[in-house]
Amino acid sequence: MSKLLVIAEGRDGALRNVSFEAVAAAKKIDSEAEIVAVVLGKDQLEDQAKELIYHGADRAVTVGHEKLEHYTSEGYGQAVLAVINDESPDGIVMGHTSIGKDLTPKIAAKLDTGLVSDVIDIEINDGRLEFTRPIYSGKAFEKKIITDGLTFVTIRPNNIAALERDESRSGDITAKDVDVTDIRTIVKEVVRKASKGVDLSEARVVVAGGRGVKSAEGFDQLYELAELLGGAVGASRGACDAEYCDYSLQIGQTGKVVTPDLYIAVGISGAIQHLAGMSNSKVIVAINKDPEANIFNVADYGIVGDLFEVVPLLIEEIKAMKVEA
Amino acid sequence: MNIYVLLKKTFDTEEKINIHDGKIDDDGAEFIINPYDEYAVEEAIKQRDEHGGEVTVVTIGDEDSEKQLRTALAMGADKAVLINTEDDLDEGDQYTTAKILEAFFEDKEVDLILAGNVAIDEASGQVGPRLAEALGIPYVTTITGLSIDGDQVSIEKDVEGDVEKIETTLPLLVTCQQGLNEPRYPSLPGIMKAKKKPLEELELDDLDLDEDDVEPKTKTIDVFLPPEKEAGRVLEGDLDDQVKELVSLLKNEKKVL
Repeated sequence: MSKLLVIAEGRDGALRNVSFEAVAAAKKIDSEAEIVAVVLGKDQLEDQAKELIYHGADRAVTVGHEKLEHYTSEGYGQAVLAVINDESPDGIVMGHTSIGKDLTPKIAAKLDTGLVSDVIDIEINDGRLEFTRPIYSGKAFEKKIITDGLTFVTIRPNNIAALERDESRSGDITAKDVDVTDIRTIVKEVVRKASKGVDLSEARVVVAGGRGVKSAEGFDQLYELAELLGGAVGASRGACDAEYCDYSLQIGQTGKVVTPDLYIAVGISGAIQHLAGMSNSKVIVAINKDPEANIFNVADYGIVGDLFEVVPLLIEEIKAMKVEA
Repeated sequence: MNIYVLLKKTFDTEEKINIHDGKIDDDGAEFIINPYDEYAVEEAIKQRDEHGGEVTVVTIGDEDSEKQLRTALAMGADKAVLINTEDDLDEGDQYTTAKILEAFFEDKEVDLILAGNVAIDEASGQVGPRLAEALGIPYVTTITGLSIDGDQVSIEKDVEGDVEKIETTLPLLVTCQQGLNEPRYPSLPGIMKAKKKPLEELELDDLDLDEDDVEPKTKTIDVFLPPEKEAGRVLEGDLDDQVKELVSLLKNEKKVL
Protein backbone atom coordinates (compact mmCIF):
# COMPACT_ATOMS: atom_id res chain seq x y z
CA MET A 1 0.00 0.00 0.00
CA SER A 2 1.32 3.39 -0.87
CA LYS A 3 1.33 6.38 1.40
CA LEU A 4 0.48 9.88 0.19
CA LEU A 5 0.93 13.12 2.10
CA VAL A 6 -1.50 15.96 1.62
CA ILE A 7 -0.15 19.31 2.78
CA ALA A 8 -3.15 21.32 3.91
CA GLU A 9 -3.37 25.06 3.87
CA GLY A 10 -5.41 27.45 5.96
CA ARG A 11 -6.45 31.01 5.50
CA ASP A 12 -7.76 33.14 8.35
CA GLY A 13 -7.94 30.15 10.65
CA ALA A 14 -10.02 27.94 8.35
CA LEU A 15 -8.86 25.37 5.84
CA ARG A 16 -9.00 26.34 2.22
CA ASN A 17 -11.23 24.21 0.07
CA VAL A 18 -8.28 23.27 -2.13
CA SER A 19 -6.93 21.25 0.80
CA PHE A 20 -9.96 18.97 0.57
CA GLU A 21 -9.55 18.84 -3.18
CA ALA A 22 -5.95 17.73 -2.59
CA VAL A 23 -7.23 14.81 -0.51
CA ALA A 24 -9.52 13.86 -3.40
CA ALA A 25 -6.57 14.18 -5.79
CA ALA A 26 -4.53 11.82 -3.62
CA LYS A 27 -7.38 9.29 -3.86
CA LYS A 28 -7.25 9.63 -7.65
CA ILE A 29 -3.51 8.92 -7.61
CA ASP A 30 -4.08 5.74 -5.61
CA SER A 31 -7.54 4.83 -4.35
CA GLU A 32 -5.95 2.31 -1.96
CA ALA A 33 -3.34 4.66 -0.52
CA GLU A 34 -3.08 5.67 3.09
CA ILE A 35 -3.64 9.42 3.01
CA VAL A 36 -1.90 11.43 5.70
CA ALA A 37 -2.89 15.07 6.00
CA VAL A 38 -0.32 17.55 7.29
CA VAL A 39 -1.64 20.63 9.09
CA LEU A 40 0.67 23.50 9.93
CA GLY A 41 0.10 26.63 11.98
CA LYS A 42 0.53 28.29 15.32
CA ASP A 43 -1.90 26.29 17.43
CA GLN A 44 -5.41 24.84 17.61
CA LEU A 45 -4.91 22.63 14.59
CA GLU A 46 -6.95 19.69 15.84
CA ASP A 47 -10.22 20.86 14.28
CA GLN A 48 -8.60 21.35 10.90
CA ALA A 49 -7.09 17.88 11.14
CA LYS A 50 -10.55 16.43 11.89
CA GLU A 51 -12.06 18.22 8.90
CA LEU A 52 -9.44 16.68 6.63
CA ILE A 53 -10.28 13.25 7.98
CA TYR A 54 -14.01 13.91 7.41
CA HIS A 55 -13.06 14.72 3.82
CA GLY A 56 -11.19 11.49 3.19
CA ALA A 57 -7.78 11.59 4.91
CA ASP A 58 -6.97 8.46 6.93
CA ARG A 59 -5.00 10.25 9.60
CA ALA A 60 -3.36 13.60 10.24
CA VAL A 61 -0.12 15.03 11.57
CA THR A 62 -0.18 18.51 13.05
CA VAL A 63 2.83 20.75 13.52
CA GLY A 64 2.12 23.73 15.77
CA HIS A 65 4.75 26.39 16.32
CA GLU A 66 4.55 30.13 16.84
CA LYS A 67 6.91 30.60 13.90
CA LEU A 68 4.37 28.88 11.67
CA GLU A 69 1.70 31.51 12.30
CA HIS A 70 2.66 33.22 9.05
CA TYR A 71 3.81 31.22 6.09
CA THR A 72 7.51 31.43 5.28
CA SER A 73 9.17 28.99 2.91
CA GLU A 74 11.80 28.26 5.53
CA GLY A 75 9.44 27.67 8.46
CA TYR A 76 6.96 25.57 6.53
CA GLY A 77 9.83 23.87 4.68
CA GLN A 78 11.43 22.68 7.91
CA ALA A 79 8.11 21.45 9.30
CA VAL A 80 7.09 19.60 6.13
CA LEU A 81 10.52 18.06 5.63
CA ALA A 82 10.46 16.79 9.22
CA VAL A 83 7.12 15.08 8.56
CA ILE A 84 8.38 13.67 5.24
CA ASN A 85 11.38 12.32 7.08
CA ASP A 86 9.12 10.49 9.56
CA GLU A 87 6.61 9.22 7.06
CA SER A 88 8.69 8.43 3.94
CA PRO A 89 5.70 8.95 1.64
CA ASP A 90 5.41 7.70 -1.94
CA GLY A 91 3.81 10.94 -3.01
CA ILE A 92 2.87 14.47 -1.95
CA VAL A 93 -0.11 16.59 -3.01
CA MET A 94 -0.68 20.27 -2.29
CA GLY A 95 -2.83 23.07 -3.69
CA HIS A 96 -1.36 25.24 -6.42
CA THR A 97 -1.90 28.39 -4.41
CA SER A 98 0.38 31.23 -3.47
CA ILE A 99 1.81 29.08 -0.66
CA GLY A 100 1.85 25.84 -2.65
CA LYS A 101 3.70 27.46 -5.54
CA ASP A 102 6.26 28.95 -3.17
CA LEU A 103 6.84 25.90 -0.96
CA THR A 104 6.74 22.83 -3.20
CA PRO A 105 9.74 23.64 -5.47
CA LYS A 106 11.87 24.09 -2.35
CA ILE A 107 10.84 20.68 -1.08
CA ALA A 108 11.32 19.11 -4.50
CA ALA A 109 14.83 20.57 -4.68
CA LYS A 110 15.63 19.36 -1.18
CA LEU A 111 14.42 15.85 -2.03
CA ASP A 112 16.10 16.02 -5.46
CA THR A 113 12.86 15.05 -7.12
CA GLY A 114 10.48 16.12 -9.87
CA LEU A 115 7.30 18.11 -9.40
CA VAL A 116 4.30 18.52 -11.66
CA SER A 117 2.68 21.88 -10.90
CA ASP A 118 -0.83 23.16 -11.51
CA VAL A 119 -2.53 19.87 -12.28
CA ILE A 120 -6.20 19.99 -13.32
CA ASP A 121 -6.83 16.30 -13.95
CA ILE A 122 -5.38 12.96 -12.91
CA GLU A 123 -5.93 9.76 -14.88
CA ILE A 124 -4.54 6.27 -14.82
CA ASN A 125 -4.06 4.81 -18.29
CA ASP A 126 -2.62 1.29 -18.61
CA GLY A 127 -1.46 1.51 -15.04
CA ARG A 128 0.39 4.74 -15.69
CA LEU A 129 -0.43 7.98 -13.86
CA GLU A 130 -1.01 10.89 -16.20
CA PHE A 131 -1.34 14.49 -15.08
CA THR A 132 -3.02 17.13 -17.21
CA ARG A 133 -1.97 20.75 -16.79
CA PRO A 134 -2.59 23.94 -18.74
CA ILE A 135 0.26 25.55 -20.65
CA TYR A 136 0.35 28.95 -22.32
CA SER A 137 -2.21 30.06 -19.71
CA GLY A 138 -4.78 27.60 -20.96
CA LYS A 139 -4.27 28.14 -24.69
CA ALA A 140 -3.19 24.48 -24.66
CA PHE A 141 -2.79 21.53 -22.29
CA GLU A 142 -0.09 18.96 -21.70
CA LYS A 143 -0.13 15.52 -20.15
CA LYS A 144 2.84 14.68 -18.01
CA ILE A 145 4.14 11.56 -16.36
CA ILE A 146 6.67 11.24 -13.58
CA THR A 147 9.61 9.16 -14.73
CA ASP A 148 11.68 9.04 -11.56
CA GLY A 149 11.13 9.49 -7.84
CA LEU A 150 8.19 10.75 -5.81
CA THR A 151 4.74 11.41 -7.17
CA PHE A 152 4.77 15.10 -6.30
CA VAL A 153 2.06 17.39 -7.64
CA THR A 154 0.25 20.63 -6.94
CA ILE A 155 -3.37 20.89 -8.03
CA ARG A 156 -5.19 23.92 -9.34
CA PRO A 157 -8.13 24.97 -7.12
CA ASN A 158 -11.63 24.31 -8.43
CA ASN A 159 -10.80 21.48 -10.84
CA ILE A 160 -10.78 18.25 -8.83
CA ALA A 161 -13.93 17.92 -6.74
CA ALA A 162 -13.53 17.40 -3.00
CA LEU A 163 -15.09 14.27 -1.51
CA GLU A 164 -18.31 14.51 0.41
CA ARG A 165 -17.83 15.46 4.06
CA ASP A 166 -18.52 12.49 6.30
CA GLU A 167 -18.50 13.16 10.03
CA SER A 168 -18.57 9.48 10.85
CA ARG A 169 -15.00 9.10 9.60
CA SER A 170 -12.24 8.99 12.19
CA GLY A 171 -8.49 8.65 12.25
CA ASP A 172 -5.42 9.24 14.36
CA ILE A 173 -4.26 12.79 14.87
CA THR A 174 -0.68 13.12 16.04
CA ALA A 175 1.03 16.34 17.05
CA LYS A 176 4.64 16.54 15.98
CA ASP A 177 7.18 18.82 17.57
CA VAL A 178 9.47 20.48 15.10
CA ASP A 179 12.20 22.88 16.10
CA VAL A 180 11.68 25.74 13.66
CA THR A 181 14.87 27.78 13.54
CA ASP A 182 16.93 30.14 11.41
CA ILE A 183 14.21 31.89 9.52
CA ARG A 184 15.86 34.45 7.27
CA THR A 185 12.69 35.91 5.76
CA ILE A 186 10.52 37.61 8.37
CA VAL A 187 6.94 38.67 7.63
CA LYS A 188 6.55 42.01 9.39
CA GLU A 189 3.06 42.90 8.34
CA VAL A 190 0.22 41.73 6.14
CA VAL A 191 -1.77 44.43 4.41
CA ARG A 192 -5.22 43.18 3.49
CA LYS A 193 -6.25 44.38 0.09
CA ALA A 194 -8.07 41.35 -1.22
CA SER A 195 -10.50 41.07 1.69
CA LYS A 196 -13.40 42.22 -0.46
CA GLY A 197 -15.15 38.91 -0.88
CA VAL A 198 -13.87 35.55 -2.01
CA ASP A 199 -10.41 34.63 -3.26
CA LEU A 200 -10.27 34.95 -7.04
CA SER A 201 -8.54 31.65 -7.77
CA GLU A 202 -11.03 29.63 -5.73
CA ALA A 203 -14.20 31.57 -6.57
CA ARG A 204 -17.12 29.66 -8.11
CA VAL A 205 -18.35 32.86 -9.72
CA VAL A 206 -16.16 35.61 -11.17
CA VAL A 207 -17.51 38.99 -12.27
CA ALA A 208 -14.83 40.68 -14.35
CA GLY A 209 -14.72 44.23 -15.65
CA GLY A 210 -12.82 45.79 -18.52
CA ARG A 211 -12.14 49.23 -19.89
CA GLY A 212 -15.86 49.56 -20.61
CA VAL A 213 -16.50 49.92 -16.88
CA LYS A 214 -14.86 53.36 -17.25
CA SER A 215 -13.81 54.08 -13.65
CA ALA A 216 -12.95 52.65 -10.26
CA GLU A 217 -16.44 53.71 -9.12
CA GLY A 218 -17.87 51.73 -12.04
CA PHE A 219 -16.45 48.62 -10.38
CA ASP A 220 -18.69 49.13 -7.34
CA GLN A 221 -21.66 47.56 -9.13
CA LEU A 222 -19.45 44.58 -10.08
CA TYR A 223 -18.58 44.11 -6.42
CA GLU A 224 -22.26 44.24 -5.58
CA LEU A 225 -23.07 41.61 -8.20
CA ALA A 226 -20.16 39.40 -7.14
CA GLU A 227 -21.14 39.59 -3.50
CA LEU A 228 -24.71 38.69 -4.34
CA LEU A 229 -23.46 35.60 -6.15
CA GLY A 230 -20.86 34.70 -3.52
CA GLY A 231 -18.14 35.34 -6.07
CA ALA A 232 -15.06 37.45 -6.65
CA VAL A 233 -14.26 40.41 -8.87
CA GLY A 234 -11.61 40.22 -11.59
CA ALA A 235 -10.47 42.56 -14.33
CA SER A 236 -8.88 42.76 -17.74
CA ARG A 237 -5.41 44.20 -18.20
CA GLY A 238 -6.98 47.30 -19.74
CA ALA A 239 -8.93 48.02 -16.57
CA CYS A 240 -5.83 47.51 -14.42
CA ASP A 241 -3.64 49.68 -16.66
CA ALA A 242 -6.29 52.40 -16.44
CA GLU A 243 -6.08 52.07 -12.62
CA TYR A 244 -9.72 51.14 -12.15
CA CYS A 245 -8.47 48.34 -9.92
CA ASP A 246 -5.41 46.61 -8.54
CA TYR A 247 -3.18 44.37 -10.68
CA SER A 248 -3.87 41.53 -8.29
CA LEU A 249 -7.31 41.27 -9.92
CA GLN A 250 -5.95 40.91 -13.44
CA ILE A 251 -7.08 37.83 -15.35
CA GLY A 252 -5.19 36.76 -18.43
CA GLN A 253 -1.90 35.52 -19.73
CA THR A 254 -0.03 37.91 -17.49
CA GLY A 255 -2.21 37.68 -14.43
CA LYS A 256 -4.43 35.00 -13.00
CA VAL A 257 -5.94 32.07 -14.83
CA VAL A 258 -9.39 31.23 -13.49
CA THR A 259 -11.83 28.40 -14.17
CA PRO A 260 -14.98 29.24 -12.22
CA ASP A 261 -18.42 27.71 -12.82
CA LEU A 262 -19.67 31.09 -13.99
CA TYR A 263 -17.67 33.93 -15.52
CA ILE A 264 -19.44 37.19 -16.23
CA ALA A 265 -17.38 39.47 -18.49
CA VAL A 266 -18.57 43.05 -18.26
CA GLY A 267 -17.29 45.63 -20.72
CA ILE A 268 -14.41 43.35 -21.77
CA SER A 269 -13.57 43.18 -25.46
CA GLY A 270 -11.81 39.83 -25.24
CA ALA A 271 -8.17 40.19 -26.29
CA ILE A 272 -6.43 36.86 -26.84
CA GLN A 273 -4.36 37.37 -23.68
CA HIS A 274 -7.50 37.83 -21.60
CA LEU A 275 -9.25 34.84 -23.17
CA ALA A 276 -6.26 32.67 -22.21
CA GLY A 277 -7.02 33.42 -18.57
CA MET A 278 -10.73 32.62 -18.53
CA SER A 279 -11.92 30.70 -21.58
CA ASN A 280 -11.88 27.37 -19.73
CA SER A 281 -14.55 28.62 -17.33
CA LYS A 282 -17.60 26.38 -17.34
CA VAL A 283 -20.21 28.98 -18.28
CA ILE A 284 -19.31 32.38 -19.72
CA VAL A 285 -21.62 35.38 -19.96
CA ALA A 286 -20.57 38.46 -21.90
CA ILE A 287 -22.09 41.90 -21.54
CA ASN A 288 -20.77 44.40 -24.05
CA LYS A 289 -22.24 47.16 -26.17
CA ASP A 290 -20.11 46.22 -29.19
CA PRO A 291 -21.76 43.26 -30.95
CA GLU A 292 -18.48 42.55 -32.75
CA ALA A 293 -16.50 42.18 -29.50
CA ASN A 294 -14.33 39.07 -29.52
CA ILE A 295 -15.61 38.05 -26.09
CA PHE A 296 -18.90 36.92 -27.68
CA ASN A 297 -16.97 34.20 -29.53
CA VAL A 298 -16.27 32.35 -26.28
CA ALA A 299 -19.44 33.29 -24.40
CA ASP A 300 -22.27 30.84 -23.81
CA TYR A 301 -24.66 33.75 -23.47
CA GLY A 302 -24.24 37.30 -24.62
CA ILE A 303 -26.14 40.50 -24.00
CA VAL A 304 -25.40 43.35 -26.38
CA GLY A 305 -26.11 46.48 -24.42
CA ASP A 306 -24.88 49.22 -22.14
CA LEU A 307 -23.40 47.60 -19.07
CA PHE A 308 -24.55 50.51 -16.93
CA GLU A 309 -28.13 49.49 -17.76
CA VAL A 310 -27.65 45.72 -17.86
CA VAL A 311 -25.74 45.18 -14.60
CA PRO A 312 -28.30 46.98 -12.36
CA LEU A 313 -31.09 44.99 -14.04
CA LEU A 314 -29.14 41.79 -13.46
CA ILE A 315 -28.63 42.66 -9.79
CA GLU A 316 -32.38 43.28 -9.38
CA GLU A 317 -33.30 40.06 -11.14
CA ILE A 318 -30.95 37.96 -9.04
CA LYS A 319 -32.23 39.61 -5.86
CA ALA A 320 -35.77 38.77 -6.96
CA MET A 321 -34.74 35.18 -7.67
CA LYS A 322 -33.24 34.90 -4.19
CA VAL A 323 -36.40 36.22 -2.57
CA GLU A 324 -38.45 33.61 -4.45
CA ALA A 325 -36.10 30.88 -3.31
CA MET B 1 26.49 44.38 -6.17
CA ASN B 2 26.59 41.27 -8.31
CA ILE B 3 23.12 41.05 -9.75
CA TYR B 4 21.95 38.19 -11.96
CA VAL B 5 18.71 37.87 -13.90
CA LEU B 6 17.28 34.52 -15.02
CA LEU B 7 15.63 35.01 -18.35
CA LYS B 8 13.56 32.80 -20.63
CA LYS B 9 12.29 33.44 -24.10
CA THR B 10 8.62 32.72 -24.61
CA PHE B 11 6.03 32.99 -27.34
CA ASP B 12 4.66 36.47 -27.82
CA THR B 13 1.41 36.72 -25.86
CA GLU B 14 -0.37 37.54 -29.15
CA GLU B 15 0.53 34.13 -30.59
CA LYS B 16 -2.10 31.47 -31.15
CA ILE B 17 -0.93 27.98 -30.30
CA ASN B 18 -0.77 25.38 -33.05
CA ILE B 19 0.09 21.75 -32.54
CA HIS B 20 1.94 19.63 -35.04
CA ASP B 21 2.84 15.97 -34.43
CA GLY B 22 1.97 16.21 -30.76
CA LYS B 23 4.25 19.19 -30.21
CA ILE B 24 3.75 22.94 -30.09
CA ASP B 25 4.55 24.33 -33.50
CA ASP B 26 6.93 27.28 -33.18
CA ASP B 27 7.47 27.77 -36.88
CA GLY B 28 7.34 31.47 -37.62
CA ALA B 29 6.25 32.34 -34.09
CA GLU B 30 7.41 35.61 -32.55
CA PHE B 31 9.43 35.23 -29.38
CA ILE B 32 9.79 37.76 -26.59
CA ILE B 33 11.42 37.97 -23.18
CA ASN B 34 8.98 36.27 -20.80
CA PRO B 35 6.94 39.28 -19.56
CA TYR B 36 7.64 38.51 -15.88
CA ASP B 37 11.37 38.30 -16.63
CA GLU B 38 11.15 41.80 -18.09
CA TYR B 39 10.20 43.06 -14.64
CA ALA B 40 13.28 41.25 -13.34
CA VAL B 41 15.56 42.91 -15.91
CA GLU B 42 14.10 46.34 -15.16
CA GLU B 43 14.44 45.88 -11.40
CA ALA B 44 18.02 44.64 -11.75
CA ILE B 45 18.97 47.74 -13.74
CA LYS B 46 17.28 50.04 -11.21
CA GLN B 47 19.01 48.40 -8.25
CA ARG B 48 22.38 48.57 -10.00
CA ASP B 49 21.89 52.24 -10.81
CA GLU B 50 21.14 52.88 -7.14
CA HIS B 51 23.76 50.67 -5.50
CA GLY B 52 26.40 50.17 -8.18
CA GLY B 53 27.67 46.85 -9.48
CA GLU B 54 26.87 44.80 -12.50
CA VAL B 55 23.85 43.09 -14.05
CA THR B 56 24.32 39.76 -15.82
CA VAL B 57 21.40 38.16 -17.65
CA VAL B 58 21.48 34.38 -17.95
CA THR B 59 19.37 32.19 -20.18
CA ILE B 60 19.23 28.54 -21.09
CA GLY B 61 18.23 28.10 -24.69
CA ASP B 62 19.43 27.84 -28.25
CA GLU B 63 21.19 30.09 -30.72
CA ASP B 64 18.05 32.17 -31.24
CA SER B 65 17.98 33.11 -27.56
CA GLU B 66 20.69 35.67 -28.30
CA LYS B 67 17.97 38.01 -29.53
CA GLN B 68 16.26 38.22 -26.13
CA LEU B 69 19.62 38.57 -24.37
CA ARG B 70 20.54 41.47 -26.66
CA THR B 71 17.22 43.11 -25.84
CA ALA B 72 18.02 42.85 -22.12
CA LEU B 73 21.47 44.31 -22.81
CA ALA B 74 19.84 47.11 -24.77
CA MET B 75 17.59 47.84 -21.79
CA GLY B 76 20.75 48.34 -19.74
CA ALA B 77 22.11 45.00 -18.48
CA ASP B 78 25.92 44.77 -18.58
CA LYS B 79 26.66 41.20 -19.57
CA ALA B 80 24.85 38.17 -20.90
CA VAL B 81 25.35 34.43 -20.68
CA LEU B 82 23.73 31.94 -23.02
CA ILE B 83 23.83 28.36 -21.85
CA ASN B 84 23.18 26.63 -25.14
CA THR B 85 21.72 23.16 -24.68
CA GLU B 86 20.55 22.69 -28.24
CA ASP B 87 23.10 19.99 -29.07
CA ASP B 88 23.10 18.29 -25.68
CA LEU B 89 19.51 17.99 -24.51
CA ASP B 90 16.43 16.66 -26.24
CA GLU B 91 14.17 17.43 -23.37
CA GLY B 92 14.28 18.78 -19.88
CA ASP B 93 12.05 19.86 -17.07
CA GLN B 94 12.32 22.29 -14.17
CA TYR B 95 14.63 19.85 -12.41
CA THR B 96 16.95 19.99 -15.43
CA THR B 97 16.91 23.78 -15.62
CA ALA B 98 17.59 24.23 -11.92
CA LYS B 99 20.47 21.72 -12.02
CA ILE B 100 22.12 23.56 -14.91
CA LEU B 101 21.75 26.92 -13.20
CA GLU B 102 23.07 25.48 -9.95
CA ALA B 103 26.23 24.38 -11.78
CA PHE B 104 26.53 27.80 -13.41
CA PHE B 105 26.24 29.66 -10.09
CA GLU B 106 28.50 27.29 -8.16
CA ASP B 107 31.62 29.47 -8.49
CA LYS B 108 29.86 32.86 -8.67
CA GLU B 109 29.75 35.55 -6.02
CA VAL B 110 26.08 36.45 -5.91
CA ASP B 111 24.27 39.22 -4.06
CA LEU B 112 20.94 39.18 -5.79
CA ILE B 113 19.27 36.90 -8.33
CA LEU B 114 16.03 38.04 -9.96
CA ALA B 115 13.66 35.96 -12.05
CA GLY B 116 10.10 36.17 -13.29
CA ASN B 117 7.54 34.62 -10.96
CA VAL B 118 6.48 32.27 -13.74
CA ALA B 119 7.15 31.85 -17.43
CA ILE B 120 3.97 32.35 -19.39
CA ASP B 121 4.48 29.12 -21.35
CA GLU B 122 4.92 26.33 -18.79
CA ALA B 123 4.04 28.46 -15.80
CA SER B 124 5.33 26.17 -13.10
CA GLY B 125 7.26 28.84 -11.17
CA GLN B 126 9.63 26.16 -9.89
CA VAL B 127 13.05 27.20 -11.13
CA GLY B 128 13.62 30.23 -8.87
CA PRO B 129 12.86 28.51 -5.55
CA ARG B 130 14.65 25.33 -6.65
CA LEU B 131 17.79 27.27 -7.47
CA ALA B 132 17.71 29.27 -4.23
CA GLU B 133 17.38 26.06 -2.25
CA ALA B 134 20.28 24.50 -4.13
CA LEU B 135 22.44 27.57 -3.50
CA GLY B 136 21.39 27.74 0.15
CA ILE B 137 20.10 31.30 -0.07
CA PRO B 138 16.67 32.61 0.96
CA TYR B 139 14.06 33.48 -1.63
CA VAL B 140 10.86 35.47 -1.86
CA THR B 141 8.43 34.91 -4.75
CA THR B 142 5.93 37.27 -6.42
CA ILE B 143 7.46 40.51 -5.18
CA THR B 144 5.93 43.89 -5.98
CA GLY B 145 8.43 46.07 -4.09
CA LEU B 146 12.14 45.82 -3.34
CA SER B 147 14.41 48.15 -1.39
CA ILE B 148 17.95 47.36 -0.35
CA ASP B 149 19.97 49.07 2.35
CA GLY B 150 23.39 47.50 2.87
CA ASP B 151 22.64 43.82 3.48
CA GLN B 152 19.11 44.52 4.65
CA VAL B 153 16.27 43.98 2.22
CA SER B 154 12.65 45.12 2.53
CA ILE B 155 10.18 43.44 0.23
CA GLU B 156 6.53 43.73 -0.63
CA LYS B 157 5.13 40.40 -1.72
CA ASP B 158 1.81 39.85 -3.48
CA VAL B 159 -0.13 37.04 -1.84
CA GLU B 160 -3.26 36.59 -3.89
CA GLY B 161 -4.02 40.28 -3.65
CA ASP B 162 -2.85 40.90 -0.09
CA VAL B 163 0.55 42.47 0.50
CA GLU B 164 3.10 40.94 2.85
CA LYS B 165 5.90 43.17 4.08
CA ILE B 166 8.98 41.04 4.47
CA GLU B 167 12.42 41.75 5.89
CA THR B 168 15.37 39.65 4.82
CA THR B 169 19.04 39.86 3.89
CA LEU B 170 21.38 39.47 0.95
CA PRO B 171 22.31 37.20 -0.76
CA LEU B 172 18.82 36.57 -1.95
CA LEU B 173 16.72 35.30 -4.85
CA VAL B 174 13.44 37.01 -5.72
CA THR B 175 10.81 36.35 -8.37
CA CYS B 176 8.99 39.31 -9.84
CA GLN B 177 5.28 39.98 -10.07
CA GLN B 178 3.40 42.49 -12.16
CA GLY B 179 3.23 45.86 -10.41
CA LEU B 180 6.91 45.80 -9.36
CA ASN B 181 7.92 48.33 -12.01
CA GLU B 182 7.30 49.47 -15.55
CA PRO B 183 9.91 47.85 -17.83
CA ARG B 184 11.64 50.37 -20.10
CA TYR B 185 11.85 50.05 -23.85
CA PRO B 186 15.38 49.76 -25.18
CA SER B 187 16.58 53.13 -26.51
CA LEU B 188 18.30 53.45 -29.86
CA PRO B 189 21.70 54.21 -28.28
CA GLY B 190 21.00 51.30 -25.92
CA ILE B 191 20.48 48.98 -28.87
CA MET B 192 23.71 50.18 -30.49
CA LYS B 193 25.67 49.69 -27.27
CA ALA B 194 24.15 46.25 -26.71
CA LYS B 195 25.80 44.91 -29.83
CA LYS B 196 29.20 45.41 -28.23
CA LYS B 197 28.40 44.17 -24.74
CA PRO B 198 29.89 40.81 -23.74
CA LEU B 199 27.78 37.74 -24.43
CA GLU B 200 29.32 34.51 -23.26
CA GLU B 201 28.14 31.22 -24.69
CA LEU B 202 28.46 28.03 -22.65
CA GLU B 203 27.53 24.41 -23.15
CA LEU B 204 26.93 21.69 -20.56
CA ASP B 205 30.55 20.60 -20.93
CA ASP B 206 31.75 23.99 -19.77
CA LEU B 207 29.75 23.51 -16.58
CA ASP B 208 31.18 20.03 -16.03
CA LEU B 209 27.78 18.53 -16.60
CA ASP B 210 26.72 15.74 -18.85
CA GLU B 211 23.27 14.76 -19.97
CA ASP B 212 22.80 12.18 -17.20
CA ASP B 213 23.39 14.76 -14.46
CA VAL B 214 20.40 16.76 -15.57
CA GLU B 215 18.06 14.00 -16.74
CA PRO B 216 14.48 15.20 -16.23
CA LYS B 217 12.24 13.61 -13.60
CA THR B 218 9.06 14.22 -15.56
CA LYS B 219 8.08 13.86 -19.18
CA THR B 220 5.45 15.41 -21.41
CA ILE B 221 3.62 12.65 -23.30
CA ASP B 222 0.96 14.69 -25.06
CA VAL B 223 0.04 18.26 -25.92
CA PHE B 224 -3.45 19.22 -27.03
CA LEU B 225 -5.69 22.20 -27.57
CA PRO B 226 -8.81 22.91 -25.51
CA PRO B 227 -12.03 21.77 -27.16
CA GLU B 228 -13.22 24.32 -29.69
CA LYS B 229 -15.83 26.43 -27.99
CA GLU B 230 -19.05 26.74 -29.92
CA ALA B 231 -20.21 30.29 -30.34
CA GLY B 232 -22.91 30.89 -27.79
CA ARG B 233 -26.22 32.62 -27.96
CA VAL B 234 -26.62 36.35 -28.12
CA LEU B 235 -29.93 37.07 -26.43
CA GLU B 236 -32.56 39.24 -28.08
CA GLY B 237 -35.50 41.43 -27.16
CA ASP B 238 -35.91 44.17 -24.55
CA LEU B 239 -32.97 44.45 -22.20
CA ASP B 240 -35.33 43.71 -19.35
CA ASP B 241 -36.44 40.45 -20.95
CA GLN B 242 -32.90 39.52 -21.91
CA VAL B 243 -31.76 39.82 -18.32
CA LYS B 244 -34.73 37.73 -17.12
CA GLU B 245 -33.96 35.09 -19.73
CA LEU B 246 -30.28 35.09 -18.80
CA VAL B 247 -30.96 34.51 -15.11
CA SER B 248 -33.41 31.76 -15.95
CA LEU B 249 -30.90 30.05 -18.28
CA LEU B 250 -28.12 30.25 -15.72
CA LYS B 251 -30.38 28.93 -13.00
CA ASN B 252 -32.38 26.25 -14.75
CA GLU B 253 -30.33 25.17 -17.75
CA LYS B 254 -26.73 25.55 -16.57
CA LYS B 255 -27.48 25.31 -12.85
CA VAL B 256 -24.76 27.72 -11.86
CA LEU B 257 -26.86 30.11 -9.76
